[in-house]
Amino acid sequence: MNAAAGRLRLGGGGPAATERSREERRLGWMLCAPAVVAMLLVTAYPIFYAIALSLQNLDLRFPDQTSWAGLTNYKTVLTSSLWWTDVFNTAFITAVSVTIELVLGMAIALVMYRAIFGRGIVRTSVLIPYGVVTVVAAFAWFFAFDPASGFVNHLPLVPDDKAWFGGRWSAMSVIIMAEVWKTTPFMALLLLAGLTTIDAGLYEAAKVDGANAVQRFFRITLPLMKPAILVALLFRTLDAFRIFDNIFIMTRGAQNTESVSILGYNQIISRTNLGLGSAVSVLIFILVLIIAFVFVRVLGVRMAEGRPGAT
Amino acid sequence: MRLIFLIAIAGVTALAAGCGSSSSGGPVTLNWFVATQPGGTIQEVAKSCSDASNGRYSISVNLLPTDATQQREQLVRRLAAKDSTIDLIGMDVIWTAEFANAGWISPFPASLAKQVTKGDFPSVVKTGSFNGQVYGAPFNSNTELLWYRKDLVSKAPQTWNQMISEAEKLGSEGKPETIQVQANKYEGFTVWANALIDSAGTKVLSGPETVDLSQKPTEEALAAMGRLAASPAAAPDIDTSDEDSARLGFESGDSAFMVNYTFAYASAKANAPDVFKNMGFAKYPKVVPNRPAKPPLGGFNIGVGAYSNNADLAFQAAACISSSKSQLTATKLDGLPPSRESLYATKTVTGAYPGFSQLVKQSIAASGPRPQTPAYQDVSLAIQDALQPPSKIDPNDPGSSYDQLRSNLEDAVKRQGLL
Repeated sequence: MNAAAGRLRLGGGGPAATERSREERRLGWMLCAPAVVAMLLVTAYPIFYAIALSLQNLDLRFPDQTSWAGLTNYKTVLTSSLWWTDVFNTAFITAVSVTIELVLGMAIALVMYRAIFGRGIVRTSVLIPYGVVTVVAAFAWFFAFDPASGFVNHLPLVPDDKAWFGGRWSAMSVIIMAEVWKTTPFMALLLLAGLTTIDAGLYEAAKVDGANAVQRFFRITLPLMKPAILVALLFRTLDAFRIFDNIFIMTRGAQNTESVSILGYNQIISRTNLGLGSAVSVLIFILVLIIAFVFVRVLGVRMAEGRPGAT
Repeated sequence: MRLIFLIAIAGVTALAAGCGSSSSGGPVTLNWFVATQPGGTIQEVAKSCSDASNGRYSISVNLLPTDATQQREQLVRRLAAKDSTIDLIGMDVIWTAEFANAGWISPFPASLAKQVTKGDFPSVVKTGSFNGQVYGAPFNSNTELLWYRKDLVSKAPQTWNQMISEAEKLGSEGKPETIQVQANKYEGFTVWANALIDSAGTKVLSGPETVDLSQKPTEEALAAMGRLAASPAAAPDIDTSDEDSARLGFESGDSAFMVNYTFAYASAKANAPDVFKNMGFAKYPKVVPNRPAKPPLGGFNIGVGAYSNNADLAFQAAACISSSKSQLTATKLDGLPPSRESLYATKTVTGAYPGFSQLVKQSIAASGPRPQTPAYQDVSLAIQDALQPPSKIDPNDPGSSYDQLRSNLEDAVKRQGLL
């Protein structure tokens, strides 16, 4: 359904609304109801449950000592230097990986778009890393960089005994590299969808006017792709901010490479401290909301425009 | 149509599940959740105890992940959800207080408690007890020794400082110098830190919720860790090292010393005959010259799940699994040290540790167990957070690391703070 039309129908009730439009509105709500109920069950319920847990002192190892905590769990998290280190780590990994993915993804999208022969094969093979299960890919890269089993230390210019996961920044670069390797194809696919919506006639007109390739890219491709780029950035930023698998497999948060998701895991799963862990989860949720808000309101992402297949 | 299909599938699945657990006359199935042992000990012990029960029970092995942290996480998730399928648990020596305090495991009846702990090392029995009751029947013990190269040094060093100096001297002569330890951010790091703090003459905790850590001895222990991390004798991968990387490093021939569990001996014998020829063993190094070392204590105790529907049979099975016969099976198949002192005179044990069975025995008897507290997980994470990587400890002035460790632990025993 076209989003604009949907909005018109659902929001069209007013003093002057006719019988027919009221009926349509009712039908619209009824058609939406199953989806709304499903959303409430699978998202709203866990969210409110997490909020309720975060306001209690609740540790599964000490079931008798459960009590109301108010906001103390939030105070504990927000005054902890560990939380802020992890927020920095997560933001750093997100910013660097999404930037690299955007540049590489754009290049790959252009290649896929321009591929003259074997277009299907090119597009399929580019997508392979995205099809590999993240944990499997994480293990593959972990073993590749592991000094005992990996090939990386046997490459020229790499010291044989380099302990990649023994230092913060070297471990961070491997994590970011694995993340980029895995998700650049997704970025490229979203950008390719934006690319295909550009009218080829514009390029021809520009060529006639004497614009070179660089000018055509910056004056036509980029501006017209802005909605697609922003949607791709939004998806990838939200994804990257919740990074867990690669870090869990490669360092488990050691050498100061912990992300906020690993922090939440440690509180909830390792310590079974549901109160503190839920506070971390709720704070991550708020951070993700802020990112989405910035993209939608400040940068003006319009989902309908950037979506593949929309006009 | 699809709905009917789904219901049919659900029905068949339920039937199949029902068949598995129903016991109309046959032996009762007891589920044993335990980490695997590569030599097949677990399967062999489960089978021989099932056979010995005269058809009363049959032990079904449910293997847990190999990594100790993940073993615990999987068990905790199930136990917190009151999983009644857990009858028997292979419990790491550090889990007892946490599981018992939460009501996840049942104490052994008094008479059986006496039977399953008879003749065991007192240090081991303590790891399976909580609040004066026995919750774990010792199945096997473990301890770390100092392994060294007899062709490089004529005599094993007595202290960490001595070992580091000797290693650095070897390095300056162009010989293999590396000292292998376990210092990745995981339980093995806590093992190392605890052994050094204990050996220096203090304790991490003096009670389940009381931090001990006398300042002077603790700082001596921390200085030794920091000194090793800053030394050229540290392994290049010290910050990600574990039991296996240490073993591999020693077997590669580049290392002069290693602290590691007893499995390292059989492993070197199988994988690195040249290194094995000159492999020496000695007691875990001291921290201060005039105080005996307190080596790490590992091993597994057998606990009975509190939500089990067959607790009586499970206690009997636990007694069988922890019997001397089963312990010797573990020694024979997997080289695991028994938890009963008298077994160290048997051929099985002297054969598994040629020339060092008494050393293993003494090491377990002298060991310094890790703290016993229901908040163990928090305590362990707090130690790792304060001291890992060890290169952040200034060997000449470990005061700030001491303060960090102390404040982390004060929070941890009260289960406060993020970790």
